[in-house]
Amino acid sequence: MSDHLPYRGHDEAETTGIGLAPSAMATAEAVGIGIGDTIPEGPPDAEHKRKLGIAAWIAITWLVVMLLLAILAPVLPIPDPTETFPEIARQGPSSGHLLGGDALGRDLLSRIIWGGRASFAVGFGAVAVGLAVGGLLGLITGFFRGRVDAIVTPLMSLLLAIPQFVLALSLVTVLASADDVSSARRIGVVIVGLGVVSIPILGRITRANTLAWSEREFVTAAKAMGAKNFRIMFRDVLPNVVPAMLSIALLGVGVAIIAEGGLSVFGVGVQLPTPSWGNIIAEARGQLRQAPHIVLFTSVVLFFTVLSLNFLGDVISQRFEVREGQL
Amino acid sequence: MSLADTAASPVPVPGTGPILEVTDLSTSFASPRGRVGAVNGVSLSLERGRTLGIVGESGSGKSVLSRSIMGLLPASTAERTGSIVFEGKELSDWGDKEYRELWGTEMAMIFQDPMTALNPVMKIGKQITESLRFHLDMDRSTAKDTAVELLRSVRIPEPEKRFSSYPHEMSGGMRQRVVIAVALACGPKLLFADEPTTALDVTVQAQVLDLLEEQQRERFMAMILVTHDLGVVAGRAQEIVVMYAGRIVEKAPTRTLFADMKMPYTEALLSAIPKLADPPHTRLAAIGGRPPDLVNPPEGCPFAPRCPYVRERCLTELPALTPVDGDDTHLFACHYPVDSPETIEIKDRLTAQGLLISSPPPGSASDGAQDGR
Amino acid sequence: MTAGGLLKRLAQLIITVLAVTLFSAFLLELLPGDPVEVLVPFGSDEQREAVREDLDLDQPFIARYGTWLSGFVTGDMGNYYTVSSKRPVWDRLKEAFPKSAQLVLYSQILALIIAIPVAVFAAAKKDTFFDRMSNTTAFAMLAIPNFALALVLQYYLGVKWKIFPTSGYTPITENPAEHFEKMVLPCITLAVGQIAIYMRLLRSDMIATLQQDFILLAKAKGMRSKRILFRHALRPSSLTLLTVAGLNVGTLIGGALIVEVLFQIPGMGFMLQEAIGQRQIVAFQSLVAIIAIIYVIVNFGVDLLYTVLDPRIRNERSA
Repeated sequence: MSDHLPYRGHDEAETTGIGLAPSAMATAEAVGIGIGDTIPEGPPDAEHKRKLGIAAWIAITWLVVMLLLAILAPVLPIPDPTETFPEIARQGPSSGHLLGGDALGRDLLSRIIWGGRASFAVGFGAVAVGLAVGGLLGLITGFFRGRVDAIVTPLMSLLLAIPQFVLALSLVTVLASADDVSSARRIGVVIVGLGVVSIPILGRITRANTLAWSEREFVTAAKAMGAKNFRIMFRDVLPNVVPAMLSIALLGVGVAIIAEGGLSVFGVGVQLPTPSWGNIIAEARGQLRQAPHIVLFTSVVLFFTVLSLNFLGDVISQRFEVREGQL
Repeated sequence: MSLADTAASPVPVPGTGPILEVTDLSTSFASPRGRVGAVNGVSLSLERGRTLGIVGESGSGKSVLSRSIMGLLPASTAERTGSIVFEGKELSDWGDKEYRELWGTEMAMIFQDPMTALNPVMKIGKQITESLRFHLDMDRSTAKDTAVELLRSVRIPEPEKRFSSYPHEMSGGMRQRVVIAVALACGPKLLFADEPTTALDVTVQAQVLDLLEEQQRERFMAMILVTHDLGVVAGRAQEIVVMYAGRIVEKAPTRTLFADMKMPYTEALLSAIPKLADPPHTRLAAIGGRPPDLVNPPEGCPFAPRCPYVRERCLTELPALTPVDGDDTHLFACHYPVDSPETIEIKDRLTAQGLLISSPPPGSASDGAQDGR
Repeated sequence: MTAGGLLKRLAQLIITVLAVTLFSAFLLELLPGDPVEVLVPFGSDEQREAVREDLDLDQPFIARYGTWLSGFVTGDMGNYYTVSSKRPVWDRLKEAFPKSAQLVLYSQILALIIAIPVAVFAAAKKDTFFDRMSNTTAFAMLAIPNFALALVLQYYLGVKWKIFPTSGYTPITENPAEHFEKMVLPCITLAVGQIAIYMRLLRSDMIATLQQDFILLAKAKGMRSKRILFRHALRPSSLTLLTVAGLNVGTLIGGALIVEVLFQIPGMGFMLQEAIGQRQIVAFQSLVAIIAIIYVIVNFGVDLLYTVLDPRIRNERSA
């Protein structure tokens, strides 16, 4: 079978050398002087790997600042996000209102800070739902395999058979369609809707990684010593799977924050007047001519937040050499 | 390119003299740990119609050497110094652009693993006609006829049918024949065969080597046959170069080498020749230890840490490549060659302790020079 | 692929299609309260009763699903309900679908036209300035929310510099120039994320391919670099591209729906938004089912295409 696959290493090195120690072969391969035909990329520089780059620190700083602003919004010296100041309606930045006002004259800075609250709640909330359900299912199916796997995994795949945004849109639309839905309940519905969507994705990643780690010697050893399955699963396997879950989860937070904006375009995101980054932009789309600053400022904040989340997710997966599994 | 320094070597007239003259060639690679000196100060020459064997274990620099000469190393990491004169042209400062004029038509290479050397998603016919059409400006049908002829000449059964096969539909031996056909397509004058049979079954190895030899003779090509197996070059090369840690450690006409080898390393390689009776992929008698670190090469003889006859001087002083008394064609780099009194003394002692089976007689193969770890 | 293999895939396809339609039918069950209340909140009792009967709401779920499904396969996609009348969803849908398909197709083509050459050259010139720049750009592009990009493009290229129209749709048969002009911004919006995905993927795949012996052999044959890159290296990598293109269709559909709303293209996304806004839950349900089925079928098609394109797989599967 292997000779049908185009990409394989020179794993037959053993037979080509004259019985050198395999480790020598590995060294020779690594520095590019082995029988390998092209020079393989050098091993990742250990020193380089350990240090976080400046970009990672910028990303962390940005996220920490955004999160702090969102958490501290109620105590910050900013106007209420729903309070209107007619004189700044559709006006750009001014001394009292650093980012200007929106179409109704609400302070944009305040709306963006409060909007972060809703957007982060949706992002982290949805991923938490996905991690709790999908992560657990992935861990169990990957660890026990057999019958549980045969039942649960196809079901999870079925969830992937509907385009993710469409799935979220239909769940949220239906669940939030009663007239008297409160703003908090609406956020809850959005979290559940996006959470359900993230279940199969996080489930697959977790399962793929659990499968790989469950085959390691230390797991077999733990089994041989009579440790209980659940104990092994949580004590030995889970900690190793966490980096992969975390890396995908960070990406997931960004995706969920963006998806909330998509839902807002359809009018079923976080409910106005409660601001979210998504609905600020969606609401202001009619004001593009008169007040482009609403869309532009909010988009920049949203972009840098998602970029930071993606970047940190990437850093984690590189550091821990996360296998992506079959997506 | 500069022709100025060719004055030092005999003026090459096309058609006479050596087709390839390599002087003091060194190649190193950038690596995260520092520069790796893969080839160090190698000189050799080759005449038309003759075969040079380059022998050494993995990591000895033999593959890098042939790729250096052929200009196939990645420009971004590899650095090459020294002189390479091919048919009177100095190639040492050539890049891909200049080399492209030689590749395929003047020089060609056969790779080790036919499983990976052919494009998996291109029909094999196309892989041959491609260069025919590009280099020789053949039209489609002439190229096809030529390719089928080539396939026939490398003894591929039903060449017309095979013309439209994909590589995965053929066995390893057949694929290596295709690789040979690809290399021969535009009639190169110099052929590099880089471990051409290593990845093949023992039974097929001889067939492929015989085929190569036959093609080389018919086309009067010069050939550089790179292998880890002294047995492969024994009957096929006129001259053999033994490499270790990027250096030539012994160089001699084939007959001389087998009759009178000087390097303990060559001796060890000889004992590693597999016997026909061995099943394929038998682990061969090992040379204990590993090749030296080429980023920080040790002082002294690089083989010293693994040499059964090592003495103090070997650890501190690098032996130079020097000719044998009275024979300029035989060079070696060893302070205490195999037939020196010092070495014979150790050899006798080891034999007495049963740690060493006495040096194998030339041409035959014997098991384990020493207990491989 | 063998006949058996094809049958197995077909069976999988049918099961998946049934499952997604079951999901869309179930949406009505998830609706809090009475669906009739949502559909015709201001209707009289008789009007409500008519709607109730039309939707078989007095039947159990499975029976209703059966009726719905048999209607669905014969092209009965349900109705838009107003207090006094109903209008078939299908009438609108058959006009909306081509518009969405055009949008998706154009943006895919645009994405590939840009991503392939950039990725190929980035891989060939690995670690150069060009490679790093394109890589960084792609990474940033992945973080751009499509709805925000749509509005930013509309503002700069449409409102401010007036280069492209900001919204609307013209059929290609009516005025081809205007058709494409209006498609430019929506397609760029959709393509940006796709370009990033394809570029990153193709680049890393190409780098792996370029390490292969057969590339070195092509080089040793004296082939030109361009030929090596595009003929020898791209082809094996393009299979990976195809797989991802299939998986991507989901993201693309989601994006297209949003883009249609923002650019006022009367495609399926536009219909969806309208259905949500007017609480046409039956139309919504049919649209969700149609979109999901299209997605399933496209993935099935990509799978088949894959086996046709890769000679190795063709062989392996039949072996």
